[in-house]
Amino acid sequence: MTADNQLDVWEVFMQSKPGANYIHAGSIHASDKQMALQNARDTYCRRGEGTSIWVVPSSAIVASNPEDNGMFFDPANDKIYRHPTFYVMPEGAKAI
Amino acid sequence: MEQAQDTLLREFEEKIECGFAIEPKDRMPAGYRKHLVRQMSQHAHSEVIGMQPEGNWVTRAPSLRAKQILLAKIQDEGGHGLYLYSAAETLGVSRDELIEQLHTGKAKYSNIFNYPALSWADIGAIGWLVDGAAIVNQVSLQRTSYGPYSRAMVRICKEESFHQRQGYEIMAKMMAGTADQKAMAQDAMNRWWWPSLMMFGPHDSDSPHTGDAFKWKIKRHSNDELRQKFIDKTVQQAEVIGLTIPDKDLKWNEEKKCYDHGEINWEEFSRVIGGDGPCNKQRMEHHISVHNEGAWVREAAEAYSAKQQYSKNV
Ligand SMILES: [Fe+2]
Ligand SMILES: [Fe+2]
Repeated sequence: MTADNQLDVWEVFMQSKPGANYIHAGSIHASDKQMALQNARDTYCRRGEGTSIWVVPSSAIVASNPEDNGMFFDPANDKIYRHPTFYVMPEGAKAI
Repeated sequence: MEQAQDTLLREFEEKIECGFAIEPKDRMPAGYRKHLVRQMSQHAHSEVIGMQPEGNWVTRAPSLRAKQILLAKIQDEGGHGLYLYSAAETLGVSRDELIEQLHTGKAKYSNIFNYPALSWADIGAIGWLVDGAAIVNQVSLQRTSYGPYSRAMVRICKEESFHQRQGYEIMAKMMAGTADQKAMAQDAMNRWWWPSLMMFGPHDSDSPHTGDAFKWKIKRHSNDELRQKFIDKTVQQAEVIGLTIPDKDLKWNEEKKCYDHGEINWEEFSRVIGGDGPCNKQRMEHHISVHNEGAWVREAAEAYSAKQQYSKNV
């Protein structure tokens, strides 16, 4: 059996309603942008799950490497002054 | 080298132990990956092959309402296949390989779809019993350790309850009908009950793969636990509409608070899995011929895309 072309893989992101974040739904196969959109709709949106869809060729996704997580995400944890609770507010100050 | 492997395995198992999900780029033991590809592809193939017995009744559905429902249900099953293929692909196996494994018989699909849908009541029995059994399994798999598989299961479970309800509605309608209709419904029940119980696989005492699957939290409940859950909730539904479960040994066990059931015919199970079921050949031939007949569509789509690229570049 010769290799059969199953078309390119695209990642699908869907917005459930205007104002919401786009959330990854899964992937589909398609040969071009338009087919990718239509297949994404047919596959992931048969019950009004979304009002807007993004499709991105999977090959264009750049992902962080879980093995680097320690180093890559570390800086966030020790900079506690990034959080509002770090600051001492004067007694009696309101609405801040 | 070996020591590094050991550390890797220990880290992986600790993560599983703590209840973390495993994601595609995480390091995982080869056995975990292999088990998942086998299980997820078998699951995907089952969704797709499962469209055949139901597709058999689309043109003969008894009303426009019934036809629309059946079409929507079958379309969902195709969608379930796609969710699962795409989840399996995150493990580095291509769609092409998965389909080839199905066609060469290396990958299996659920045995239940090797049985024919002989009458309209079978469409009721399939939705109610076959989807009903699948739901019990899939609800449990929502908590499987591999992230993409678990997410596909959550999506699928949301869609399944319509499948089971439409099947039960068909059975209920027929049981409220003429004597012939009632007989048809009972006949479908008699033929689908035992194969539905077999869907959960061999008894825990003779099932070969469960050790690692449990340790790695791919599987969260045993075959027998899931089968019991299915029986316990289905018996009452059968009683409500007046259907008899075709098992003379079925009896409520007051002590265990669940039903005892009769012996499952495992000889039939292995015969059908081995290829000698009523429809094995037909199911596979149909899949292969549709796949081959559709090749030109994929080629045309590619050619069109190449042409668009070309005209954009000049
Ligand atoms: Fe399904
Ligand atoms: Fe279903």
